[in-house]
Amino acid sequence: MAMLRISLLALLSHWRRHPLQLFSILTGLWLATALWTGVQALNSQARADYARASALLAGPAQAQLVARRGERFEQAAYVQLRRSGWPVSPVLEGRLRFAGAEPLSVRLLGIEPLTLPPGTVVAGQPGGASDLRAFIGPPGQAWIAADTLQRLGLQPGERALTSDGQRLPPLQVHTQLAPGVIVVDIGHAQALLQAPGQLSRLLLPADFAVRPPDLPAALAELLQLQPSSAGDDLQRLTDSFHLNLSALGLLAFLVGLFIVHAAIGLALEQRRGLLRTLRACGVSLRGLIGALAVELGLLALLGGLAGVACGYLLASLLLDDVAASLRGLYGAEVAGQLSLSPQWWLSGIAMSLFGALLAGGNSLWRAAQLPLLALALPQAWRAAQSRWLRRQALLAGVLLLLAAGCWRFGDSLLAAFAMLAALLLAAALLLPALLDATLAVLARHSRGPLAEWFVADSRQQLPALALALMALLLALAASVGVGSMTEGFRQTFVGWLDQRLSADLYLTPRDTAQALEISAWLAGRPGVEAVLPNWRVDMRLQGWPVQLQGIVDHPSYRRHWPLLEQRADAWTQLAAGQGAMLSEQLARRLKLGLGDRLPLPGAEGEQHLSVVGLYADYGNPRGHLLVSADWLRRHWSEARLSNLSLRLQPAQVAALKEQLEQRYGLDATRLIEQATLKRWSTAVFERTFAATAALNSLTLLVAGVALFISLLTLGHSRLGQLAPLWALGVGRTRLAWLSLGQTLLLASLTVLLAMPLGVLLAWCLVAVVNVQAFGWRLPLHVFPGQLLQLALLGLLTSLLAAAGPLWQLARRQPADLLRQFADER
Amino acid sequence: MNARQALLIGALLLLGACDEAPQPPGGFAGLGADAAAFAQVERGRPLQFPADHGAHHGYRIEWWYVTANLSDEQGRDWGVQWTLFRSALRPGADEPGWNSPNLWMGHAALTGPYGHQSGETLARGGIGQAGVEAQPFRAWIDDWSLHSTAGEGLEHLQMQASGKDFRYLLQLDSDGPLVLHGAGGYSVKSGQGQASWYYSQPFYRVSGEIERAGQRYAVSGQAWLDREWSSQPLAADQHGWDWFSLHLDGGAKLMLFRVRQADGLHYRAGTWIAADGRAVALRGEQIQLDELAWTRQANGRKVPTRWRVRVADHGVDVQAESIQPRAWMGTSFPYWEGPIRLEGSPGGRGYLEMTGY
Repeated sequence: MAMLRISLLALLSHWRRHPLQLFSILTGLWLATALWTGVQALNSQARADYARASALLAGPAQAQLVARRGERFEQAAYVQLRRSGWPVSPVLEGRLRFAGAEPLSVRLLGIEPLTLPPGTVVAGQPGGASDLRAFIGPPGQAWIAADTLQRLGLQPGERALTSDGQRLPPLQVHTQLAPGVIVVDIGHAQALLQAPGQLSRLLLPADFAVRPPDLPAALAELLQLQPSSAGDDLQRLTDSFHLNLSALGLLAFLVGLFIVHAAIGLALEQRRGLLRTLRACGVSLRGLIGALAVELGLLALLGGLAGVACGYLLASLLLDDVAASLRGLYGAEVAGQLSLSPQWWLSGIAMSLFGALLAGGNSLWRAAQLPLLALALPQAWRAAQSRWLRRQALLAGVLLLLAAGCWRFGDSLLAAFAMLAALLLAAALLLPALLDATLAVLARHSRGPLAEWFVADSRQQLPALALALMALLLALAASVGVGSMTEGFRQTFVGWLDQRLSADLYLTPRDTAQALEISAWLAGRPGVEAVLPNWRVDMRLQGWPVQLQGIVDHPSYRRHWPLLEQRADAWTQLAAGQGAMLSEQLARRLKLGLGDRLPLPGAEGEQHLSVVGLYADYGNPRGHLLVSADWLRRHWSEARLSNLSLRLQPAQVAALKEQLEQRYGLDATRLIEQATLKRWSTAVFERTFAATAALNSLTLLVAGVALFISLLTLGHSRLGQLAPLWALGVGRTRLAWLSLGQTLLLASLTVLLAMPLGVLLAWCLVAVVNVQAFGWRLPLHVFPGQLLQLALLGLLTSLLAAAGPLWQLARRQPADLLRQFADER
Repeated sequence: MNARQALLIGALLLLGACDEAPQPPGGFAGLGADAAAFAQVERGRPLQFPADHGAHHGYRIEWWYVTANLSDEQGRDWGVQWTLFRSALRPGADEPGWNSPNLWMGHAALTGPYGHQSGETLARGGIGQAGVEAQPFRAWIDDWSLHSTAGEGLEHLQMQASGKDFRYLLQLDSDGPLVLHGAGGYSVKSGQGQASWYYSQPFYRVSGEIERAGQRYAVSGQAWLDREWSSQPLAADQHGWDWFSLHLDGGAKLMLFRVRQADGLHYRAGTWIAADGRAVALRGEQIQLDELAWTRQANGRKVPTRWRVRVADHGVDVQAESIQPRAWMGTSFPYWEGPIRLEGSPGGRGYLEMTGY
């Protein structure tokens, strides 16, 4: 034990003399852990909130009855079922809008506490445990999470006013409730949603649902049994988003480990003498390795603690953006505050230990192999270089094959990411070989001793710098890929939005009656060019929520509704009630293409439409279908007029808006100008990628640090190579410049290779990952300006990384260089 | 039977609180203040039939309660209970839709040689899931019902209910008169003068079928229907009650109850009903009730399941023994209710209900 302590102290004394190395290792572990745990914190917070959302009405594997067509059905069906002995419980769901600086929409859940299936847990507590009389009212209660209450800017006990002028029962905070949800008694829900006598679904006790009797004939056409899956839906929809975040986090973690690996390698290199001395003094090999392992563990613990703390900080900084994107993209509600379990902290530390072991394992192994009395080999990573390169290239080839296989045969997001990972790894492994080959070509064309030395020595540096260069390559390529994807998406999205949002005013009426009234009133107004009604029916197709939109035949659709693919007379067929157009993600989901027949469950049995067009519908987690309004209303009596698009003469917009506001009591959430709508949509988009962009730049930063530390490592061991040149008459400053040139040569070659790799990555993201994750495929955009900017950034990073060690070199005392000859070699 | 109010109010306000001891209703905040706004039970209003068979919406609390003593073809004893409670959350007329102030609760049970099964169901008023109509008489909750099959009043009823592993479908017929308890149905309940409207039809002959664990039995026997409504809760110091309805050999009927008070001065009352339907109200001192044997129930509490019942003025001195000592109602608000057999003079059978143990 005393031996261990002494060896440990001896080993640790190294760090006192090389604080920069200590700093590098800790920084590496710290950054790697911080990025990884930060991403994990975001993911686990979001997942916990989904779990709370799906646990909103949780019971032992509940089943439910839902409408076959449409979203809601008459309450009479509930009473009829109860009176036939079905132990069902009614639920009404909908969204409430609240006006405010930023209009807010909240999910409203109406439950009937008396009939809830036994064992049902409402908002984390048994269904019956609350005060029934107070809940039902009057005035009743509206349960809400503290987070949502805060977003609404209200106090407990207040009665919130919806933008429709409906007053909620007094708000009551329930800590277990999911964010973005308000729970009320079903009677209040029907009033608030203006859906008297309407229900969304009927809950069934699990034991009853195992072998339910046949539905009464009259109801069998109206309702169908469905396993409960609202929460799973959310989980499934958002999985891709979280996988994206995880992938970025993992990339950052790996890049961080490059730093640790480089620094630990350097420390071992410099302590070879010390290790030999300790061994010679009688420290057993086991004791020595033990001491090294303890040292590594201590470093990992320190770095891990700092990393987890920063991960928390990072997550809380990004959480708002992530929550906003999840809300915007999927309608998923995530609280704006982190609450993490102890497991998360522990797993962060564990990840740091694991990373340290991964990065330092090689060094430990080499220390264990250290011959007791043999002299140190001058070049640590030099042995069998060409064989090493060949082996790496071979591995890279296998990985490329794997990537190709994933691309060709894969049909899941996981396969898409596997392809991405294989591709990146292959590129990284190929990098040294490619650089070596390039240098070999250069060597053949070099004239003069110094030039030949320049190239040859660069080749010799290659193995030592390979890992850092790989890190740079990966980080740059990821930046290029994600940057191109984001920027490309932005342009596509904005263009799409410009085309799609072509009306001047968008009006969401209270109900169909009001919509018809407004249409009639508008028809006679001057300045109104067209009033385009949108009829709507919500349904499920193959278990996926889908929105049917019925539109009238109007030339503005032909002009302004961008189609990805279409048949020759698509719009004519649609207007005739023979064709339907599908959103891209819906078509992929249902595996339908142009000309296929699409069955839709209508009142008089299935209706069939031919697919005549496909369009992009970015950012919509639901499926979307465009059909003729007349056809829709003929087959779905419950179709409602959900909104009106008004095309107006520009001069009349403001006046008409004001008139509409006053005449029909429409507020800002119901009457929206085109520009406002665009601004909102773009804001959601920006926030969606804010987190991605932040993580991405952090990764690049980590790669820069990795390169810096690798060069530092190299700088120390390179004196041996530089001393002879100095002895031959090359000045120290010149030597420094030459070294800088070497670094820049290697870095620029890497940066050059990173560009096409990044473009390839961008293609993978838009054409494979996005399709799997979101259901839409984007055109590949390459932005030369962006590439140039990133290339310069990469070079600048290398330059900065090289500057420090070179500055040291230039200031080296001649005595240092001389000593190289005086030492054993 | 004013005491049943406590059961109802307690059960509906404390749903799911099965493991908690029943709380005295006086403990519910605001309940006493609200009570004044409900219709009050006042002496002198003559009951009117068939209108009074229906719901009395101004009152806080009301029930339709049937207990039947049955025998199968092998002569074994069975008991059946069918109950519909109405409780108003607030005073005022009924409203259609979820705004209705009414909550409904149904209890059903089947007790016999193989044990005791019970079921419970709950419903909101105003939407048609549960309710009572006076003419023709119809009371229902979910797929349970008690409805008239002929005539204007309660003479001919069909009664059905089901629960886990049991169901029954019975026909009830009576040619006897309705029995009004107390003074023309005005039934005083406590020393503090609380009262309720209370009448019974104790003369039903029953035939029909019961089903238990998939096995069906043809049964016949007698049944007793209770109707009661009021607005006042139990006094704060009353924590439970024991209630008897007895079919005596020779055709007479006897209703007795005892509300147990914290001070030990239990409030007793009852009605002697001659075979021809003439009713005589019994005062507390005419009634003697003594527990003889106790049985531990599913909730761990002991409940008296053998009694000595004496009404000397009418020559009654019997031992009442439960047919199934574990006739525990594991409902939202648990209590004991089951058929009993009488030994002594005269013999007979009946039903016993006990709460607050």
